Amino acid sequence: MWYLRTFGKRKIIEFIFLCLFMLFFFGPLLNLLLLAFAGEWQYPDILPKVWSLDWWSFVLQDDSLVRSMWLSFLIAAIVTLISLIICIPAAYAFARIQFPFRRFFLFSFLLTNAFPKMGLYVAIAVLFYQMNLMNTFTGIILIHIINTLMFMTWIPSAAFENVHKSQEEAARDAGASPIRVFWHITLPMAKPGIIVACVFTFLSSLNEAEGTFLVGVPNYQTMPVIMYSIIADYPSTAGAVFSVILTLPTIILLFAARRFVGADTFANGFKMK
Amino acid sequence: MTIKLSIENLSKIYPTGEGVQNIDFHVNEGELVTLLGPSGCGKTTVLRSVGGFIDPTSGAIKISNKEVHHLPSEKRPSAMVFQSYNLWPHMTVFDNLAFSLKLKKVKKKEIQMKVEEVLTLVHLTGMEKKYPSELSGGQQQRIALARALLLEPEVLLLDEPFSALDAKLRHELREELREIQSKRNLTMLFVTHDQEEALSISDKIVVMNNGHIEQIDNPQEVYNAPNSLFVAQFIGRMNFIKGKSVNNTIQIGDLTFIHNDAYTGDVTIGIRPEDIQLATANTRNIEAQIDKIMMLGHFAEITLKTMIGSLKMFVDRQQMEQFVLKSTIPIQLNNFLVFKETGEVLNNRRMEVYENI
Repeated sequence: MWYLRTFGKRKIIEFIFLCLFMLFFFGPLLNLLLLAFAGEWQYPDILPKVWSLDWWSFVLQDDSLVRSMWLSFLIAAIVTLISLIICIPAAYAFARIQFPFRRFFLFSFLLTNAFPKMGLYVAIAVLFYQMNLMNTFTGIILIHIINTLMFMTWIPSAAFENVHKSQEEAARDAGASPIRVFWHITLPMAKPGIIVACVFTFLSSLNEAEGTFLVGVPNYQTMPVIMYSIIADYPSTAGAVFSVILTLPTIILLFAARRFVGADTFANGFKMK
Repeated sequence: MTIKLSIENLSKIYPTGEGVQNIDFHVNEGELVTLLGPSGCGKTTVLRSVGGFIDPTSGAIKISNKEVHHLPSEKRPSAMVFQSYNLWPHMTVFDNLAFSLKLKKVKKKEIQMKVEEVLTLVHLTGMEKKYPSELSGGQQQRIALARALLLEPEVLLLDEPFSALDAKLRHELREELREIQSKRNLTMLFVTHDQEEALSISDKIVVMNNGHIEQIDNPQEVYNAPNSLFVAQFIGRMNFIKGKSVNNTIQIGDLTFIHNDAYTGDVTIGIRPEDIQLATANTRNIEAQIDKIMMLGHFAEITLKTMIGSLKMFVDRQQMEQFVLKSTIPIQLNNFLVFKETGEVLNNRRMEVYENI
């Protein structure tokens, strides 16, 4: 047992656990990836018998599918932009101004996550019918923003709190007006937190299916919505191709923002002060 | 001498009832005045009021004879150096320094020149491209000082600027600050809770306690002639002995202390450790037993047991062989101060005799 001697029992057990976790996390993803490129793949085989790109060309050539991709990205971009505009001032206020019920308001952002989503959406749908927002682009944007408010307020708020007040004072002292101080000092210093919040807003909007399905169908079908029907109507390979396409932006965005995404950014965001 | 900064009857009362009251003093051009006091005494409140970060409840603040207390801090001709440096971490040293100049729309070439010049002044040439996180604490505070100097302030405000640094560095920076001051003829208001720092760098010390001013004097006077028990306690070391004064005499054991001001009531006698010495004559001696010896580098602190109580004295390293633990020596008191029960000094002159009966 040379390996027991070289590494010790503890190291080997740790390694086995690591392998199990890797399998648990990456196994499904790997399976998905293989499936997306499989032409023929039957149960006992470990690898597909025939590789093929057929379903890729099917998905990428189908106009309605391609359109849904554009729509998804457009919606995600608009949702991110709008919630940025709404939430950044709110986040700053939560971080800097001591107003009554501050903690209560901050906490209330959690409420949208406290209910079963479908129940909440149905209730909202009733409102949307009255306001003629059903089957509209605005309706979809609104329902997405409801989901992103919490991220967009909590994380930037923590980022603003981490900018010391005296650092703003130093800038005032140097002759900068309050607006300039915010623009040149506070905002750049809170940028990492804001970027992380933006990434998560973008991704959660991109992957949102239930609300979009309820409000948007049939006029507006985003990628996740279409995926439902593809999974129902086509072989599993088509669904896999679609999933990979949906996963790709997540991975790319997280990779690009990895400099800012850290455990502490989140921990700060979810601390109630 | 022209008055550069004057603070007139300033009060700031917080909703909790705490704050400062009736603060009244001035700083002459080219002077370094220190606000000294324990934490919570209100010294920072005064400083921040001058800087424009606190709205005073009443009173006036004038810089060069112009009222500034209604101006926002960006419009005041003052600059502040903060305890926590407060450099902007997302900017390089150059950008930190150039920030105020860019706001003033100074030409690029001139900015370059001024930044280089001030970096030379604080001994940090060639650091332009570094980020604050790459600098040591002492370097960061030098940059913060440079940033404040670039504002060409009429009054430079310093809020415990060196208290986060280690003792050696603190010493160095104090000296540098004094050098820079004389080069640029700066007018400074300096806040500290460190009495040694205040004594060593100030032209004038404003001692504060509990939201009011206790004493305003030059360092020598504050040390030699504290006008209250608080100042005596806070600055330097002092032995305190409780007693009772009847007219001009205070009787403690066999000892009679005589003072000039007739007063009857409880008093506290204060004696500086360095005013206790080995007796040179046979008259007016007190017997003292050496209870403890603590070596403090170039001198030792010796605790004596005497008939008037426990006393501490300082002895030079060279004279240590005369002091043996548990032995008895004759000592004399060269000076003492008498404080009333209210803390007020009874006679501000150090003097007096004491008689051995």
